[in-house]
Amino acid sequence: MNRAQSTSADQRSLKKLRVVHYLNQFFGQVGGEEKAGMGPEIREGVVGPGMAFAKQLGEAGEIVATVICGDNYFGEQVDEAGAEVLKLIQKYKPDLVIAGPAFNAGRYGVACGAVAQRVTEALDLPVVTGMYPENPGVEIYRRFAYIIETGNSAAAMRTAVPAMAALVKKIAAGVAIGGPEEEGYIPKGIRKNFFHQERGARRAVRILTKKLKGEEFVTEYPMPDFDRVDIAEPLSKVEDATIALVTSGGIVPRGNPDRIESSSASKYGRYSLKGVEDLTAETHETAHGGYDPVYANDDPDRVLPVDVLREMEKEGAIGRLHPYYYSTVGNGTSVANAKKYASEIAAELVNEGVQAVILTST
Amino acid sequence: MVHVATVVPISETVGANKIVPAVAIPYPLGNPDMPPDEEQRLRRRLVEKSVKALTTAVEEQTVFDS
Repeated sequence: MNRAQSTSADQRSLKKLRVVHYLNQFFGQVGGEEKAGMGPEIREGVVGPGMAFAKQLGEAGEIVATVICGDNYFGEQVDEAGAEVLKLIQKYKPDLVIAGPAFNAGRYGVACGAVAQRVTEALDLPVVTGMYPENPGVEIYRRFAYIIETGNSAAAMRTAVPAMAALVKKIAAGVAIGGPEEEGYIPKGIRKNFFHQERGARRAVRILTKKLKGEEFVTEYPMPDFDRVDIAEPLSKVEDATIALVTSGGIVPRGNPDRIESSSASKYGRYSLKGVEDLTAETHETAHGGYDPVYANDDPDRVLPVDVLREMEKEGAIGRLHPYYYSTVGNGTSVANAKKYASEIAAELVNEGVQAVILTST
Repeated sequence: MVHVATVVPISETVGANKIVPAVAIPYPLGNPDMPPDEEQRLRRRLVEKSVKALTTAVEEQTVFDS
């Protein structure tokens, strides 16, 4: 570059952002579910999708290091893992962190979000990640990162990377970041006050008038959807109670007779426990594709504790184990479907005099 | 209802009012590193904790830690 021609504006925009990238064990190219228990490790430069990011970022930023951590390691101890990952990130003194994208992967989304919270709170750095709106990481952590909205699987990588990189480049250029619709991120739930030309009272009355006339109107503040459940009365006489088991861990009779899908389940099953004292590798298996199945296949009681509940039933510690259990696969199952299954299952359980449910999830 | 789950923040965010933290994602009510009878006792403890939670009155979302 010809030094004599550079202006101070050029020199400002020449500053390459130092970026650290956070990935899980799979995108970090370590392994699949069998490696989901790995602790955080750091590598110099790019790994996996980091290459695509580097290409998109060009001169705007450089991925100086990549932190890789197993989804189970993180999910099973969110606080500890977050602290360890933060320590690794800090070493590289980044200007910004990219996490994922996680698409609809729940554990990965939670990990990316928790990393974003750590980085935001401890280092006050921007974090850009990518998730499908139903990823639980969105609801829990959206305040702490720019979560670019993505499709629900890794097939969406080729659109997620450019969208995330575009936002990173804007941050690198010091340009003001616009609102969610403009930039493609999921609303952070942060309110920014500003002075409007027109008084609030006038605006409110105008909206109300439209509403009363049945005309279309746009709210200034969409009501948040608090996913809360009324608290049920506690069980009073447990020794008389009928307790049912329900699981999202995909435990099904051996052979998966109803062909419940390993991901994005389109159905749930209702299976008999009549005469069943214990689940074994011969009688049952897991259909769930989102966790390492070896332990659940070896002993399905590890996900659906039939053996213990039968014991407690015999001892009189509970009244009775309901003779049917319900099972589906929670992996990537849409919220809409999950709600539908739940309301059908609940209606049947209530109808059959069940008083309490133990729901197990993996 | 009581939710036995490993990633407690997810359980909280979907609104479960009674949560019992599970052992691990691939084996919420077990531990393959333990000898079988110890694992059996572990599962028994977790299920007892869950049943206890069912009988406990709560005012807000509650995680039943040990």
